[in-house]
Amino acid sequence: MASTQIIPTRMELAKQKRRLSTAMRGHKLLKDKRDELMRQFLDLVRENKLLRERVEEAMKRANAGFLMARAATSDQVLNTALLAPKQQVFLETQVKNIMSVEVPAFEKKTRTDKAGDIFSYGFAFTAPELDDAVSALNETLPDLLRLAEVEKSCRLMSAEIEKTRRRVNALEHQIIPDAQAKIKFITMKLDENERSTQIRLMKIQDMMVAEAMEKARKMQEAL
Amino acid sequence: MVNIAIMGDYDSIYGFKALGVKVCPVTDPLEAEQMLKKLAEEKTAVIYITEALASRIPEALALYDESMLPAVIPIPGISGNTGIGLARVRKCVEKAVGSDIIFNEKS
Repeated sequence: MASTQIIPTRMELAKQKRRLSTAMRGHKLLKDKRDELMRQFLDLVRENKLLRERVEEAMKRANAGFLMARAATSDQVLNTALLAPKQQVFLETQVKNIMSVEVPAFEKKTRTDKAGDIFSYGFAFTAPELDDAVSALNETLPDLLRLAEVEKSCRLMSAEIEKTRRRVNALEHQIIPDAQAKIKFITMKLDENERSTQIRLMKIQDMMVAEAMEKARKMQEAL
Repeated sequence: MVNIAIMGDYDSIYGFKALGVKVCPVTDPLEAEQMLKKLAEEKTAVIYITEALASRIPEALALYDESMLPAVIPIPGISGNTGIGLARVRKCVEKAVGSDIIFNEKS
């Protein structure tokens, strides 16, 4: 405790009281923020887990298809088939604010609307596995994008939660007890000072009364 | 308008070409780090990376953990699922909650 270093004055007491009330308000607010962040984080993380499992499963299937396609088709034919893709995906990013954490929100945009545009090749020379794999991958794409969004949000929120938790703990276990101890120390010291002043005054009064009585007695004796 | 890219060995990622995703075939970790940096500078929003490659450049991935964009997401490649993607999510939970409360029912 740092009580030995502080000066027990009224000014210091007022300062500490102000500090304590600010710390208390901050603590309450941060605690609320942490709780709400945690609630939203847990929802997101659960979704993240489900999405990831789904995407990994779908990717496994798509990859198997691509592997078969590569085995069944020659490199040149495959490279030519995918040389000039007709379709193109863009992302429009927006910033979403979750409890002051800025997370991205993606919106998928494709160059053309036609569903068949993912096949940039004629079907004559390529293996059918390629078509299946490409369309499977296309079906997974929305999940993949959502996964990117959710996973990034989780990552950013976990950092924020950690920061907020540290702040809450520092306030709860360090700053608030410290300020309370200082306030107690100063009030005790001030009270003690007041009592000692009072006693001193009473003592002086007694002495003055005794002196006056002595004087009065001496004057009477002289008469 | 920002786009999507995918990094990894060619066999794992060539199919994404058909969807119009930018395909960056790399296998060397050093090259991958440079490619990642380049993609990030080009303001690519989402960079998918095969788990096999991601496990070799963890420091480079950690660079982009704190920033909003790009989102670097490991996905399983042709060599199979190494579990690094789920492990990253698990680490995230541990960081936020203090202990893993989402995945422990499985393990």
